[in-house]
Amino acid sequence: MLVDVAADVTANTQLSPDYNVIALSAPEIARVAQPGQFVMIKTQPGLDPLLRRPFSIFERLRDASGAFTGVSLLNKRVGVGTAHLFSARPGDRVGVLGPLGRPFVPVDPPAEAWMIAGGVGLAPFVTLAEALAERGTPMRLFYGARGAADLHYADWFERQGARLHVTTEDGSRGDRGRVTLPLLRALETTSAHQPVALYACGPTPMMRAVAIAAEQHGRTVAVSLEPVMGCGMGGCYSCVVPIRRGTGRQFVRACLEGPIFDGRTIVWDALTGH
Amino acid sequence: MADLTTHIGTLALRNPFIGASGCFGYGLEYADAVDLASLGGVAVKGLFLEERQGHPPPRIVETPSGMLNAIGLQGIGVRRFVAEKLPELRRLGATTIVNICGSTLDEYCEVARILSDHEGVGAIELNISCPNIKEGGIQFGCSLHGTFDVVSSVRKITTLPVIPKLTPNVTDVASFARAAEEAGADAVSLVNTFLAMAIDVETRTPKLSNVMGGLSGPAIRPIAVRMVWECFQAVKLPIIGMGGIATAEDAIEFLIAGASAVQVGTANFVDPFIWGKLTSGLHAYMTRHHITRVADLVGSLRIPTNTHA
Repeated sequence: MLVDVAADVTANTQLSPDYNVIALSAPEIARVAQPGQFVMIKTQPGLDPLLRRPFSIFERLRDASGAFTGVSLLNKRVGVGTAHLFSARPGDRVGVLGPLGRPFVPVDPPAEAWMIAGGVGLAPFVTLAEALAERGTPMRLFYGARGAADLHYADWFERQGARLHVTTEDGSRGDRGRVTLPLLRALETTSAHQPVALYACGPTPMMRAVAIAAEQHGRTVAVSLEPVMGCGMGGCYSCVVPIRRGTGRQFVRACLEGPIFDGRTIVWDALTGH
Repeated sequence: MADLTTHIGTLALRNPFIGASGCFGYGLEYADAVDLASLGGVAVKGLFLEERQGHPPPRIVETPSGMLNAIGLQGIGVRRFVAEKLPELRRLGATTIVNICGSTLDEYCEVARILSDHEGVGAIELNISCPNIKEGGIQFGCSLHGTFDVVSSVRKITTLPVIPKLTPNVTDVASFARAAEEAGADAVSLVNTFLAMAIDVETRTPKLSNVMGGLSGPAIRPIAVRMVWECFQAVKLPIIGMGGIATAEDAIEFLIAGASAVQVGTANFVDPFIWGKLTSGLHAYMTRHHITRVADLVGSLRIPTNTHA
């Protein structure tokens, strides 16, 4: 059920000079949202910025009784809209349209689920980890960022039972280097008889590297893409992703057929505008 | 009780609000947000004879109070449309206006012929104005002879209402409305987007893969209103006005300037639930001004005669 909620900001937790988690009162969306779905956010009324921006649903928020109260967004300050979300205060209104998009399909045990996140690409994995924890699926999180200050919620994933592999580009926490390094090690040291499903979200080069590694090791990877998106509803045809279809390729709308895609189907060489 | 029905030639619309071609998919994408039968009409994405892939991303970029797009008329082609989309649009009770494109006169005619053979098409909108495809109609829409030829050719093929969609990227849009009228059009729709461009100054690269694109949104509304007014004075044809409509007041401005109906595009991206707000806003306005029929509002601009006294 699609709704547009004029949501009150209920909390704004600044995690670092660039990252914050903004909590929005939208129980209608929280109740029905599935792992990896997204919302289209109108950060403020008026014509600047004009269009909504897509955000993964980060958390589904509950009150003490367990009833859904809203959703949160993991936000990184980049442009006008994200700067507004970064500095929003409780009581501010934000337009939340959703939930939208095809969700992740969580695997069941004995398969393992490995999540690979780069920076703000962590956003769709909280809802996925909850669904995996409900199933009792063993989880790992491969989590890369520029530095320790950009790593957030790692302890939350550990509390859900996820095994953590952290990398930073500056070496300030975990292994120094790219997140694909521990992923490759894990792929090489895991028996081919152990079913593993990969889930990735982050910068395009990271997801591409993950998709190649997965293919080399005979694993599937579901990637969550974040293309430029105008409407989120299938109306504007701006968020298209090049997909292999038969012998050719085809542009498909990420808002309708994604944002989650089978990594093997994406024509990575032709993926632009992300 | 205000009556919101309006007429585009022989086509009766429940209200003046139409989902704009290129901004509303094939209509069905929005069926979760709005009862398509409650709209005045659904103008579906432009269709060629064959499927088209369109331009690579980035296809849109936001600009002050507007956006540029260069989608490149990605589409499923008319045959898949009549097989896969039209039956569902009929079932949902939509008044479907099919926007058609062509690289040649023959292609326009063939697409129109296929549509005329199927139930459920309310009207044909001739896309002779997409700024993003060289061979997608703009070569007809920027020439008075070309406009006349496309309209008169399709006119001979079909009994459906024929509505050429005019480009604003010409010196005198009213002369194109006249050419359409002489060629037998049932109405004209205007405006398509304004050819425009945005540059990333850090990288000195265009922000769209196609380099140039079409500007839409509230930024263009005053120019579009002016062009509707010019056409209203020039032709007797009904006019479907569009360009940056985001509120009922914006739409009323177009009606007063001479539009019998309006299309809403970019604002639907921002608010897919806009349609109920537009109809209730128009209804409230008409009630407040004791106007019972939309037709009484159309072209009702009052120009004070003593302004320069």
